[in-house]
Amino acid sequence: MSDDLTQRVIASIAEAQHMEPEKITIDSTFEELGIDSLDGINILFIVETEFDISIPDEAAQQIRTVREMVDGVEKLMAEKQASSAPSQS
Amino acid sequence: MRRVAVTGIGAISALGKNVAEFSAALRAGRPGIRPIELVDRSKLRFKNGAEVPGYRPEDYLSGKEANMIDRFAQFALLAAREAMAQSGLEKGDEALHRATVIAGSCVGGQSTEDDGFADLYLKGRPRVNPLTIPKTMANAGASRISLEYGVHGAVYTISTACSSSNHAVGQAFWAVRSGATDIAITGGSEAMFSMGILKAWEAMRVVSPDTCRPFSKDRRGLILGEAGAMLVLEPLDRARARGVRILGEIVGFGMSSDAHHLTQPSVEGPVMALEQALADAGLAPEQIGYINAHGTGTMANDPTESSAIRAVFGRHADGMPVSSTKSMHGHTLGAAGALEAVATLISLNEGFFPPTANFQEPDPECDLDVVPNEAREGVAEYALSNSFAFGGLNAVLVIRAPASL
Repeated sequence: MSDDLTQRVIASIAEAQHMEPEKITIDSTFEELGIDSLDGINILFIVETEFDISIPDEAAQQIRTVREMVDGVEKLMAEKQASSAPSQS
Repeated sequence: MRRVAVTGIGAISALGKNVAEFSAALRAGRPGIRPIELVDRSKLRFKNGAEVPGYRPEDYLSGKEANMIDRFAQFALLAAREAMAQSGLEKGDEALHRATVIAGSCVGGQSTEDDGFADLYLKGRPRVNPLTIPKTMANAGASRISLEYGVHGAVYTISTACSSSNHAVGQAFWAVRSGATDIAITGGSEAMFSMGILKAWEAMRVVSPDTCRPFSKDRRGLILGEAGAMLVLEPLDRARARGVRILGEIVGFGMSSDAHHLTQPSVEGPVMALEQALADAGLAPEQIGYINAHGTGTMANDPTESSAIRAVFGRHADGMPVSSTKSMHGHTLGAAGALEAVATLISLNEGFFPPTANFQEPDPECDLDVVPNEAREGVAEYALSNSFAFGGLNAVLVIRAPASL
């Protein structure tokens, strides 16, 4: 897990929630951060835009913590790089 | 207070272009959910919708009219024409001159706006079509009906998201009951299949990637549907004096606001609306024999609605059919209340409970008799139709079967 990616996810959550990024850690749960379902879809929108990825609905429903969000983004970024690799070679 | 009869119904939806086709599909349990054709579905995360199949405006409207009226208002007008034809009321009738039109819509003519703004932003055009404003306005459907039938009384639109047309029918019912008007044409319409609106729904993450399975444990969300549905209401005594067929009696209406969250439903709000509706009708819970549920098929709605029904009806709910016809005609947003009121009236007239289609697996959190997959013979004396909207706004109608009048 890259620190840079983690920080970008935390910054996205902070932007959506209008809160200080310092108050968010990799171990924060969405519940602790006061993130409800409507906040959650707004965070997904900001994260999708930040990383230029598309997070499927059913994967999104499983995300309850910052760590799960970071792991999910990491996986989608890896898939994105794998699918764009052939055109780069 | 006067008793209020329904003397005309009209419906155009994914299940057909009139009430007869709608009724046949409800009885057969045949969903109208298919791949979306009105927009490029390859750009969407979901692929299916409930569009009116083979709809051609020129079959109903002159070329000029079709151009001037957004699809949502066309559906309002066509449903009103069917309902008015059944009621036998004609333009020029004295009572119609002073009648009321209350039509609900959630997104109104936003499809027209979406197209116009795409021209502006994408194609760099310097101007938009001058009909954009009159086509987009949410009251375009109500105003068209007023124009067509020469209705000069109170004509307005209610926009309360997915409760719009239940609120509309409820207000019309109260207006006739109180004596404020003798005739009301009321219902709602919606036509949301444009890219911008569908993308906005996609971002809400409540639309199913396959189909709509209300109350089924494996449900994955709602399916959007377009529709228009209208009812003609008048005093029961007047309808009897005219000798016209009476399709049912509206006997109660209740509404409430969750004041809880913009999009997360609560149990308490729907409970209050159900209790208000029963109180307005002067009925006990045990007198209700069927509920046409809001039943969107989302993870959040169905257990919440089930809990609300259980809270009000207790053990009576064990033997009371509760079905979601959205499993067949989709979630028609601002048309939902009216379309489902028409479905409820069909149930009460034809003697069958429409099923919850696409049902696969019971969910312990939705502990109701949801009439899975196949229509069931039977008729209630009194039935409810629920609508619960984003924004926390709840509206419940109580309808009495014609046989018991």
